[in-house]
Amino acid sequence: MKTENQKAWFFVLPVLLLVAFNALIPMMTVVNYSVQETFGDNLFFWEGLTWFEQILTSERFHAALGRQFLFTFLILIIEVPLGIAIALSMPRSGPWVPVCLVLMALPMLIPWNVVGAMWNIFALPDIGLLGYFLNHVLGINYDMTQDPIAAWATIITMDVWHWTSLVVLLSYAGLVSIPDAYYQAAKIDGASNWSVFRYIQLPKMKNVLTIAILLRFMDSFNVYTEPFVLTGGGPGNSTTLLSIDLVKIALGQFDLGPAAAMSLIYFSITLFVSWLFYTLMTKDDLN
Amino acid sequence: MALVLKNITKVVQGVTHIKPTSLTLETGHFNVLLGETGAGKTSLIKMMAGLDPIASGTMEMDGVDVTGLSTQKRKISLVHQFFVNYPHMTVYDNIASPLRVAGMAKSEIDGRVQEAADILKLGPMLKRRPHELSGGQQQRCALARAIAKDSQAVFLDEPLANLDYKLREELREMLPELFAGRGAVVVYATSEPEEALLLGGMTALMMDGSVAQFGKTAEIYRAPATLTAAQVFSDPPINDAPVRKEGDTLVMGDIRWPAIGDASGLSDGNYTVAVRPNFILPTATATATVPLSGKVSVTELSGSESSAHFDLHGKGWVSLSHGTHPYRIGEDHTFYMDASACLYFAPDGSRVA
Repeated sequence: MKTENQKAWFFVLPVLLLVAFNALIPMMTVVNYSVQETFGDNLFFWEGLTWFEQILTSERFHAALGRQFLFTFLILIIEVPLGIAIALSMPRSGPWVPVCLVLMALPMLIPWNVVGAMWNIFALPDIGLLGYFLNHVLGINYDMTQDPIAAWATIITMDVWHWTSLVVLLSYAGLVSIPDAYYQAAKIDGASNWSVFRYIQLPKMKNVLTIAILLRFMDSFNVYTEPFVLTGGGPGNSTTLLSIDLVKIALGQFDLGPAAAMSLIYFSITLFVSWLFYTLMTKDDLN
Repeated sequence: MALVLKNITKVVQGVTHIKPTSLTLETGHFNVLLGETGAGKTSLIKMMAGLDPIASGTMEMDGVDVTGLSTQKRKISLVHQFFVNYPHMTVYDNIASPLRVAGMAKSEIDGRVQEAADILKLGPMLKRRPHELSGGQQQRCALARAIAKDSQAVFLDEPLANLDYKLREELREMLPELFAGRGAVVVYATSEPEEALLLGGMTALMMDGSVAQFGKTAEIYRAPATLTAAQVFSDPPINDAPVRKEGDTLVMGDIRWPAIGDASGLSDGNYTVAVRPNFILPTATATATVPLSGKVSVTELSGSESSAHFDLHGKGWVSLSHGTHPYRIGEDHTFYMDASACLYFAPDGSRVA
């Protein structure tokens, strides 16, 4: 006779409750809004998938999504190689290690809205240090409140400044965990510096890099505070990323139905891309 | 071929790690570096491999000065204590990697990899990655990489230390045939005296960053030059105690025995006597005749041998004998010492008989 022990459920219960309160219940309220039309006095009317259709076919959504992917793509192709390069050039031992680590950690300790405000002032064309320097010393016509290219350059630079450290610290952790014996073995094999990087350092950093890229993808894809404080989504809509657009629809226009549908689509994209990336990166390890 | 070290030293931030060391290591047999952890075995190997700079002195390989040559340009192999293989490459690629770097033809690489894999019984694992192998297989892969390459010198830095007992025995048996006829100078570092004896060849006893004695392994074991050399090359630890020569008798507290062999030529005075544990037996025999009584504190049984630790004049002594013996812990037992196996050292530590 087959005996089943139901006790296991009790051990899973705390996690289930935690996930329920943390994620499922808040999300179900969003699902609730996304399929209804909401009026004042708490009047709700069933709308089915109307809002989803509306969002998915809206040009405004497509444009914001495009900008969002462009932003994430740009910061990833800058921050990941730059982070690895900085990690490789940091000392592995000695008195400078803590100095480098603290310097690297500093930007990440600053609150997001402060970063946005700092860069906003920094980039002001007439009084900001960066803006003044570019305009009056180098003679480059730079005004991020007028020029979309300048606005993009500024939000990308800000994100690189704020978050490259995360890639640096994770890569560095991966690098220092490589025993000296591997470097010695490579030297004895006659390997070049490039081979050491390609065949020892990169494979040994793979796991932490996967996490670094995943975190940077999710954070940059969901980024709101910094670009909102810096540019407010402008000039025009040129830096209106998905999250900024979402807040405009939800809180500016108070269109709860479309905003809820957009939230769910937004969430699904983040989840799907993260899953795809993680699966591809860890495929080798599973075999 | 020979690897010749002339007065080489290693100094790190003003601290001398290796005192002036001269050695001539030749091909055709194992050159064992025997010493405790921290004696300088790995430091010496790293210098010979060019991984650490030589502070002074010179090093010649086959008559050519290689003191300042970079590691990449030396034709050497190194196998570490822990298993170093490229993690994301298959066993085949791991073995082939130094050959590819050397720009060897594909067909030749294939032949060499297959040969190395056959000797080390890695044939069925060539397509696997290191993390899919057991510890013994990973170390065999590292050894295969070392033998596939044309090396003038092969350095093995405690290659068996991280393997369990059975694998260690298995792999150790393979070692001599692995390097036979390859023409490379084989240097093998170990902290286990038993391993040095099993590998034979030549042994350099290392202590505190210098070579205490160098010579044929069996000879050094039989005739250590100093008390410290005898202590390094003994497991379980060699027993020692102060002794006095009076006429033709040796006196150790209330124990006396006649001076025989070389000891009879010693002038009267104070010496240190050292006896290996296997010359102190639980029962009297034709050769073991000097009674030593002491309280037994610990007994150990390892396979067919048993050892007993006992107290003699306040010092811990060890007896090692075949078979099992009914020692009673905490009770006195009379052991018998073979006086002909005693080694005598002068107060400065050098052996006199």
